[in-house]
Amino acid sequence: MKSDNSRKVQGSVMVVGSGIAGMQTALDLADSGFYVYLVEKSPSIGGVMAQLDKTFPTNDCAM
Amino acid sequence: MDKCIACGECAAKCPKKVTDTFNAGLATRKAIYVEYPQAVPLKYAIDAGSCIYLKNGKCGFCAKVCPTKAINFEEKPVSVTLQVGSVVLAPGFSTFDPQKLDTYQYSQYKNVITSLEMERLLSATGPFNGHLVRPSDHREPKKIAWLQCIGSRDINRCDHGYCSSVCCMYAVKEAVIAKEHSAEPLDTAIFYMDMRTYGKEFESYYKRAEEEKGVRFLRTRVHTILEDRNTQDLVLRFVDEDGKLIDERFDMVVLSVGMETSKELAALARRLEIELNADNFAATDCFSPVKTSRDGIYVCGAFQEPKDIPYSVMEASAAACWAEADLAPARGTLTKTKTFPEERQVADEEARIGVFVCNCGTNIGGIVNVPEVAEMAKGLPGVTYVEENLFTCSQDSQEKIKDIIEKKGLNRVVVAACTPRTHEALFQETLRDAGLNKYLFEMANIRNQCSWVHSKEKDAATAKAKDLVRMAVARTRLINSLGQPTISVEPSALVIGGGIAGMTSALGLADQGYQVYLVEKEGQLGGNARALLSTWKGDNVGERLAEMIARVTGHQRIAVHTATSVKASSGFIGNFETVVSGGGGDKVLRHGAVVVATGAEEYKPKEYLSGRDPRVFTHLQLDQAIAAGDPRLDSADTVVFIQCVGSREEERPYCSKVCCTHSIKAAIRFKERKPDSQVFIIYRDIRTYGQREYLYKEAREKGVIFIRYDLDEKPEVSDKGDTLAVVVRDHVLGRKIELHANLLVLAAAIVPRDNETLAQMFKLSCNSDKFFNEAHAKLRPVEFATAGIFLAGMAHYPKPIEESIAQAAAAASRAAVTLSKESITVEGVVSHVQQFMCRACGECERACPFNAIAVQEVEEGLRAAVVKEALCKGCGMCAVACPTGAASVRHFGDRSVLTMVETAFAAEA
Repeated sequence: MKSDNSRKVQGSVMVVGSGIAGMQTALDLADSGFYVYLVEKSPSIGGVMAQLDKTFPTNDCAM
Repeated sequence: MDKCIACGECAAKCPKKVTDTFNAGLATRKAIYVEYPQAVPLKYAIDAGSCIYLKNGKCGFCAKVCPTKAINFEEKPVSVTLQVGSVVLAPGFSTFDPQKLDTYQYSQYKNVITSLEMERLLSATGPFNGHLVRPSDHREPKKIAWLQCIGSRDINRCDHGYCSSVCCMYAVKEAVIAKEHSAEPLDTAIFYMDMRTYGKEFESYYKRAEEEKGVRFLRTRVHTILEDRNTQDLVLRFVDEDGKLIDERFDMVVLSVGMETSKELAALARRLEIELNADNFAATDCFSPVKTSRDGIYVCGAFQEPKDIPYSVMEASAAACWAEADLAPARGTLTKTKTFPEERQVADEEARIGVFVCNCGTNIGGIVNVPEVAEMAKGLPGVTYVEENLFTCSQDSQEKIKDIIEKKGLNRVVVAACTPRTHEALFQETLRDAGLNKYLFEMANIRNQCSWVHSKEKDAATAKAKDLVRMAVARTRLINSLGQPTISVEPSALVIGGGIAGMTSALGLADQGYQVYLVEKEGQLGGNARALLSTWKGDNVGERLAEMIARVTGHQRIAVHTATSVKASSGFIGNFETVVSGGGGDKVLRHGAVVVATGAEEYKPKEYLSGRDPRVFTHLQLDQAIAAGDPRLDSADTVVFIQCVGSREEERPYCSKVCCTHSIKAAIRFKERKPDSQVFIIYRDIRTYGQREYLYKEAREKGVIFIRYDLDEKPEVSDKGDTLAVVVRDHVLGRKIELHANLLVLAAAIVPRDNETLAQMFKLSCNSDKFFNEAHAKLRPVEFATAGIFLAGMAHYPKPIEESIAQAAAAASRAAVTLSKESITVEGVVSHVQQFMCRACGECERACPFNAIAVQEVEEGLRAAVVKEALCKGCGMCAVACPTGAASVRHFGDRSVLTMVETAFAAEA
């Protein structure tokens, strides 16, 4: 958590999993200046949320 | 993969059918497939375990029919070594497999399905296109039962003692949606142990489901399911609340399966050398809820503990926040900013329009006569080039379009294809690559609006496609380049509230290198946590809070303003100006972002002799008495807790979320201190979600007695001199009992503070319970609809420390996205006012939903409406409201819109 790190740090992050959590982490990191490797074992991103029909409490389409 | 245009020819020809796991096994797909129509990336993949060619070396139909030669059977997996500064684990969960439990006959009875299968049955992209039918005979069900806690809260059968946290809510949702999907009235029944609807707006959804939608809730465990061999209906056998044995017939049974960590995932955790807890979730502590046992590796989502979407999203941003703090010195060192050639000035040129007409495989071309549309376009005024594409959106088409813009000197482009919602940004980028302003572009949607909706009338679809292209071309002749205003960003943040949430946000931003102004209205930092003893996991709150306060006050980039309140604020994302008022008078702070972390407070009960009898405590009072060493606590023979005091009632319908866990934790403490004491918890539903369930189990094992009551028969408390008499109806005995308590602890609700004042100042909204509204309940849980303002902690909703910390770090991460930029670019499609026509009537100001336009003095003695472009969303409300026509939206001026109408009604060219 401390930033006063004198060692040279890499400006990149590996995110494992691209469901709703992995995608959000990746977006935050990339949008604020870090290179992201988003690793996903299935052929497309989205995770379980893509399989859901609607989400409560608003009954919005999960897709 | 780059070559694949997702035309689907390969899957159409593939002879191998396999189980479709995306549809939870309810359908089949081919061995070459996309998971679902909206998949990203939209590229076909070969399932190597099923592909005939990869297994036997024969077949290869897909490669033969592929129009772009995208299939290469020789491609082998390769290992890649990456150098990274941090790792974030977001691998998710697996659903519990109910085949292990023979009671429910999941593998034997076709009409017993899991909740994930139910999601697919209900989904429009599911195996029956959202038509709700049961698996055995594809008949519409008339009665469906949901069974809760399948693979959760069960150590006898499945070894998962924890609660999966999300199943109550999704079962209620599925029951409501299933009713909506049914043409005939559908009976839905949910069999449960405790209804755990503890999240924001959950309780009211549950009440609506019961009272308005008629979903039945039965508090009992079904012990046998029998199938009628003839009809394949299912008979559920259970004991009702009065102790009667009941057999009830249903058409379908949905098993509400819980979440678990798969064996593969546990193995991955071991390879990464991070610690897992006994349930195979990543071990974390309450004060750093997304930090694993190994430095630099963070975790978020259901791999940390079962959880829902909003909390997963919060943790995801929290993990990003702390990874960003670790790597702050290297920010921007590995990212590249895309550069574009300088834009050509086209204002003085004659229109030279290029029209690209897309076949979209057979999607458009199979219905609309694309060559005819293209031929017609060639004759339109201003058009200098027309081309047909198989897929205008493919990567090679972008190269071609760019090339043609340069070679033919095109200065405007029309693409007749699909919808701008998904593809406009792609083509606009191609224009920018070719040196054209991105607004010199227009789309005609000849797929959704022609070939899809008129698939049975080919001629009419073609005629309409021609109309749309003529209209688009006519408009395109009149559009011009637009500038996009950039606004500078002040790299600092104002954090309002100095409790755990506010301090976490402040540290998250300051550790990343941004200046923070932390404003607290009390004389000292710490908020509610100052009165709390321990977290549910046992962390000492006092010690951890003191560490946190020391870090905040010692941080060179955090300016702490205690005994200070926010007086006024103006400005917008990147450029706020706020007046705070404290001991030293008023001060003006300039900052680029705001985090609202003003917290909530404990309800002061009027009921149950609270405030009138010294033996009656609230949770915070009890924690403080324990901390102060109150001798009455250790001598009490009988302690009674009453739950939901002020929560889940008419006046305050929400659940306060933290009280069940807090009472149980305290009850265990009484039992540990004095094992022969009697401790009662009088409750409505026990909501120890996630791994908090183990505390509930421990309390029962230690002899804490749980008595359930209903809202219409609340306990009664009276003073009997030496003791307090608590009368409650026992649901097991079926009669009233009287307890004689030495101490009475009330699980008082958590109530919002005065959020209205800040809401008005920053144009924020609150829900009906007076907690602040986030921008989107699922996907934007830490930000407000107003850009640049973020939300954390109990001002959003009651929550325990670990969730406040996750949300606060998340707010810091979202704020850092803005603060990390020197300037931000806003859309060019914004309103503008022609001053000489404006008579300062203020109609636009009243109409604007975004506070983006206001009448002000523009020069001495002259008042006119002025647009704040950073706030304008280009909706056009002001243009409609304006009586003189002074206000209009750029890019959508009257001329360029009306010419489309005229073209539509003109005789065909």
